[in-house]
Amino acid sequence: MLKTTDFTRLLLLSVLLWLCPPLQAEQQSATLTQAAPLFQEASFDKTREAVDLLAASGDPEVVPYLQALLDGKLYQDKAQGTLVIAKDGNTGDELRKIPTNNSLRKYLRGAVGQLSLSHPDAAVRLKSANGLLETVTPEMATQLRGLLEKETDSAVKEALSLGLAMADLNAADKAVRLTAIESLAGNLHPGVRNRLTTMTTDSDAEVAKAAQEALRSIEDTAALYGHVETLFFGLSLGSVLVLAAIGLAITFGVMGVINMAHGELIMLGAYTTYIVQQLMPNFIDYSLFVAVPAAFIVSGAMGILIERTVIRHLYGRPLETLLATFGISLILQQLVRTVISPQNVPVSNPSWMSGSLEINSVLSLTYNRLYIVLFCLMVFALLYFVLRKTNLGLQVRAVSQNRAMARAMGVRSARVDALTFGLGSGIAGVAGVALSQLTNVGPNLGQAYIIDSFMVVVFGGVGNLWGTLVAGLSLGVVNKVLEPWAGAVLAKILVLVFIILFIQKRPRGLFPQKGRAAGD
Amino acid sequence: MFLKNVFKQTLLVMSMAAALGTSSLAMAADDTIKVGVLHSLSGTMAISETTLKDTMLMLIDEQNKKGGVLGKQLEAVVVDPASNWPLFAEKARDLIEKDKVAATFGCWTSVSRKSVLPVFEEKNSLLFYPVQYEGEESSKNVFYTGAAPNQQAIPAVDYLMKEGEVKRWVLAGTDYVYPRTTNKILEAYLKSKGVDEKDIMINYTPFGHSDWQSIVADIKKFGGEGKKTAVVSTINGDANVPFYKELGNQGISAEDIPVVAFSVGEEELSGIDTKPLVGHLAAWNYFMSVENDGNKEFIKKWKEYTKNDKRVTNDPMEAHVIGFNMWVKAVEQAKTTDTDKVAEAMIGQEVPNLTGGTAKMLPNHHLTKPVLIGEIQENGQFEVVSKTPEVPGDAWSDFLPDSKNIVADWTGKETDGKPCGNFNTETKKCSGQKYE
Repeated sequence: MLKTTDFTRLLLLSVLLWLCPPLQAEQQSATLTQAAPLFQEASFDKTREAVDLLAASGDPEVVPYLQALLDGKLYQDKAQGTLVIAKDGNTGDELRKIPTNNSLRKYLRGAVGQLSLSHPDAAVRLKSANGLLETVTPEMATQLRGLLEKETDSAVKEALSLGLAMADLNAADKAVRLTAIESLAGNLHPGVRNRLTTMTTDSDAEVAKAAQEALRSIEDTAALYGHVETLFFGLSLGSVLVLAAIGLAITFGVMGVINMAHGELIMLGAYTTYIVQQLMPNFIDYSLFVAVPAAFIVSGAMGILIERTVIRHLYGRPLETLLATFGISLILQQLVRTVISPQNVPVSNPSWMSGSLEINSVLSLTYNRLYIVLFCLMVFALLYFVLRKTNLGLQVRAVSQNRAMARAMGVRSARVDALTFGLGSGIAGVAGVALSQLTNVGPNLGQAYIIDSFMVVVFGGVGNLWGTLVAGLSLGVVNKVLEPWAGAVLAKILVLVFIILFIQKRPRGLFPQKGRAAGD
Repeated sequence: MFLKNVFKQTLLVMSMAAALGTSSLAMAADDTIKVGVLHSLSGTMAISETTLKDTMLMLIDEQNKKGGVLGKQLEAVVVDPASNWPLFAEKARDLIEKDKVAATFGCWTSVSRKSVLPVFEEKNSLLFYPVQYEGEESSKNVFYTGAAPNQQAIPAVDYLMKEGEVKRWVLAGTDYVYPRTTNKILEAYLKSKGVDEKDIMINYTPFGHSDWQSIVADIKKFGGEGKKTAVVSTINGDANVPFYKELGNQGISAEDIPVVAFSVGEEELSGIDTKPLVGHLAAWNYFMSVENDGNKEFIKKWKEYTKNDKRVTNDPMEAHVIGFNMWVKAVEQAKTTDTDKVAEAMIGQEVPNLTGGTAKMLPNHHLTKPVLIGEIQENGQFEVVSKTPEVPGDAWSDFLPDSKNIVADWTGKETDGKPCGNFNTETKKCSGQKYE
């Protein structure tokens, strides 16, 4: 698990490495000269031998070279065989890149780790220590014990002791093994669990029993965190559903317009994110803060345009509305295909949305999902506030409950209709910004979410925002609980079957509207 | 009828004009040989198939500059089956009956191929199919210029077993015929190599799946149980982007759990951020990054033809290059475009491929192809980490109980003298071409 801070530091380190000028042949140490012909063989086995040779020297001068090899930045002069660390990709014809593959890189990481255990930077030490955990040999253990005594950083200390404890599991002395098992109990690192599993068949009954007990306690904790993880996955899927549906909860739920172009309004929001990112390529990290209001305006304006030109003439005729909005959805899709591209467009994730928040070895929450859950709740709260506490909200509710009465009280119902539809569409656009961070942005994006949106709104109860929130989140959780057991395809089918049955029993959804307004 | 013709003519003229500029349009129609191009130019598959249409137009244009075939100019007839499988069959029938094409180059998905197959067999016309597929088929009228499973999936698994020392396998795919058949073959193969049932995890997802969190978490758990794990991905289309993103976000690197993909190539990578993908693998028979003079020249021509310096080349394009060059040679050799004579001349044709070797058409209508394994680089290209010599394509997998006794030989040498696409070596019977 790479934390962002580690990553930036690593990046900084590699930048520093590039800044070093390529070394000349006469300056290269004897080990490097010795390893050079092995690199020239262009076979992964020989390269590994060369790495061994360099690592065994223990010479700190070889570390930048190994690091460069790991980063794919190590080149070799074709004629002279000297090794060169390239500053960037633009090397001349006389240089050949030394190829690596996954297993070699993993090996290299271990070698570099071992060499940088006494690096002045604690983060680098931690990384190296973590890389070594499962491969501590008795010879290394002595070295590690020495380092542990001198170590000041608590995280590094912990990693080193974990590595040592795991090495002790192999000890010949029974007492050492038992102490090691005891110290590992409750540790959630996957390596610990695997080692303990092998220990349960230990020749010594007492050790085997201790290992079994330690393993059981670890597995119980892991299972608990597993449930937490499933719940988080469900909530994150649910909040995507809520985001997609919440705009529809207004246009369909409050106004009663069957808007088949809702998905395309989401798509417009996602494309707005793309365009914003194109306009500010150097500020991707801030692009979303610009994209959210921009998408609200774009989709909202489009919604008002649709309402004023088409839907206005079709109030009270659901079938025609359905067909007309379906036509609009096709027009919007084709518009995007023609103006932008029929292919998917790349939308980057800001750096603060990549990676994951590591709670412990078995539970980590990905940042993009975490932020989207929070974002969903924020949008919901804001919308709730608008509908409950503002003048516009009051008018919207008045018009939706009794149009004639509202008009009689002086509400300009046509204007309210347009604004309500614009609000619902704008929220759809905002949902598009969130979706652009999770899925592909293409002309068909909207189609993938229109069914889900209607499903959530109908399940939650038409005309009820709380219903939409509860329905979306619970459908997400149910889906994720079913998924490991039934597979992604079947889980979705089961959820749909459940909703069909539910609607049969309770046609008005989870939270039906009560009172006189519900009658029409 | 009139309107339809006018429409088709306009479409043709438009696509030709777009592709060829205004140079070679003044050709009279009767002294040309027509070549059908049957690729979706709209709908979900347009992303991949449009490129192949352009490749065909480029190849035909180039051949015409060299003087055409049999002294006649070639004329491309481009139709758009719009990613609609039944429409593929209709368009194929139009190409053969109305346009009287000598051969057709087209299709991408297996379902589109299955849809046009009866038409080509009934009308006795030739189809060149350029995409890697699940095998279990050999038609007299189809030349399969893409890879069979033994030329892509199995060597990729072998590589991971040997180089990556992988012991546990996740077979993840999109839920349709190609991944299901390929995974069936792979499962049988892995078991034959002594992999335990509980070390294989199989997972299918719908087209365009975007919520990968629990599946990736499962893969992570499955891979964290002590044995080296790899994912063999037959996930198709744009579902790959969120899949790789989720892998990156959950911190699974290619060094921990490598993913080897069979449907991710240069074209698919060209639109996405490849940083989280670096080190993951793909198996193909061609990579744009292969250093070879033939390849260099092809890339240069392609960039000039599309007037876009950023355009990439990919494996199915190479398949069309090989297929087209073979067809030209076979027609020259047969001195006619008659289907049966050309089909006979096709077998045994050899043309250079773009990676420095030779492609040979086998009696089972499949090619010999080298298998290349590449690792994804930050620039969206692949670095080749393994390359085999040419492997002959096997139409009927040896690892499935239903097909291990079946062979295809359109010369009749291995099938008791009678050409047959699915001859059972045990019962000595040819089960006819309708075998599924």
